[in-house]
Amino acid sequence: MAVIGKKKERSTPAISTASLPDIIFILLFFFMVSTTIKEVDYKVIIRLPEATQVKKLENKSLVSYIYIGPPQKALQERYGTKPVIQLNDQIASLSQIPQYVELERAQRPQADVPKMTFSLKVDKETDMGIVTDVKQELRKVQALKINYSARKPYTK
Amino acid sequence: MARRRKGIPEINAASMADIAFMLLIFFLVTTTMSVDKGITRKLPPPVPPDAEAPKVKERNVLTVLVNKDNQVAAKGELTDIDALTQMVKDFIVNPNDDPNLSEHEFISDLLEKEMKKPNPDKKKIETYKRILDEIGNVPKSKGVVSLQTDRATKYEVYIQVQDAIVKAFNELRDDLAKQAYGKPYNDLKEDQQKLIREVYPVSLSEAEPRRVKTK
Repeated sequence: MAVIGKKKERSTPAISTASLPDIIFILLFFFMVSTTIKEVDYKVIIRLPEATQVKKLENKSLVSYIYIGPPQKALQERYGTKPVIQLNDQIASLSQIPQYVELERAQRPQADVPKMTFSLKVDKETDMGIVTDVKQELRKVQALKINYSARKPYTK
Repeated sequence: MARRRKGIPEINAASMADIAFMLLIFFLVTTTMSVDKGITRKLPPPVPPDAEAPKVKERNVLTVLVNKDNQVAAKGELTDIDALTQMVKDFIVNPNDDPNLSEHEFISDLLEKEMKKPNPDKKKIETYKRILDEIGNVPKSKGVVSLQTDRATKYEVYIQVQDAIVKAFNELRDDLAKQAYGKPYNDLKEDQQKLIREVYPVSLSEAEPRRVKTK
C-alpha cells in the first residue's frame, strides 16, 4: 500500500492550463451576446413600477426610450425636484419630443419605421400630467406604439 | 535555419487567460442583463379637433376613473384595483345579458355585415370565417373600457390599473384559447393568437377619454 501511494504521488502530472483561455473566451462571448450596453446615462431617477402582465420588448434595435422622473441629486439644483423628461443623454422639454422622434426615425431603415416602439420609462412617483402630455406629443407625430416600462414583482 | 528554429522560445500563453478575464470583467461591468419589459399599448391616431366624437352607447362603456388621491372608481362607484379585473371580465363577457353591461355581436353576424358592405374588407372576412371554423360562433363584445386619470394621479397607480385591465383581457383570451385549442394563449401559433385577439381585442381607450360621447 505504502509503495503504491508513493508511486501515485510522484506521477501526478500538472493540470494543463492551456485550455483556460478558451473557457474564458466562451464565457466572454456568452456575455457579449446575451447583454446589451447601457443605452444612456440616467439624468433622472427612475424607479420602475411593478406590473404582472408585462411582456418582453422584442427587437431592441427598434425601440427608442423616453425617460421621465425627478432629476438626479446632483442636477436638482439646476432642474429642481419636479419630474422632467430625458431624451438621449440630456434633459429636454416637451416641445423637443417631435424632433427627437424624427431623429430616431431617421436612424432606422424606412421599412422599419412603422414597427418602432417608444418605451416610456417613468418613475413610479411621477404625476400622470406630464405622462399624458408626452403621450399627446407622441400622438401628434404618429408615434403610436408605446410601451410602459415595468418590472415583474418579485413575489409570485 | 535549424539553429534559429531552436532559438525561438515558445510564446507563453499563460497570460492569455488574464487578458480574456479582463475583457470579460469589462463586459460584465458595462452591460446590463435586465431585459426590457413592460405593458405595450397602442395610442389612438390623432383626430382633427372638429371631428365628431365616436358615439358609443352608455352600456358599452365601462368608465374607470382614478382621481388625484389615487382612488379608483368604476361605473361611478369606488372600487379597489384587485376587484377591477373581475369587473372588466364581467363587463366584457356579460353571460346573462345584463342591460347594464356590454352588448354582443356574434361572429356570424359580423361576417354577414362585412359581406353586405359596398367594399368588403377581404382580410376581415377571411378572419371571421377562420374564427367560425376553428373557434365557433362566439359572441364579440362591443364594450370599451375608458380609463380617465387626473393630472395629479400617481403613475404607479395608473400602471396598476392598466395592469388589472390588461389582465382581464389576457385571462379571457386564455380561457378562449383553452376552450378552442386546449392550450393557453401564449402556446398558440401566431395566426391562432390573431383569431383570439380578434374576438377579445384590448378595447381600452385612454388618451382622450372625454371624446367618448354617450348616446
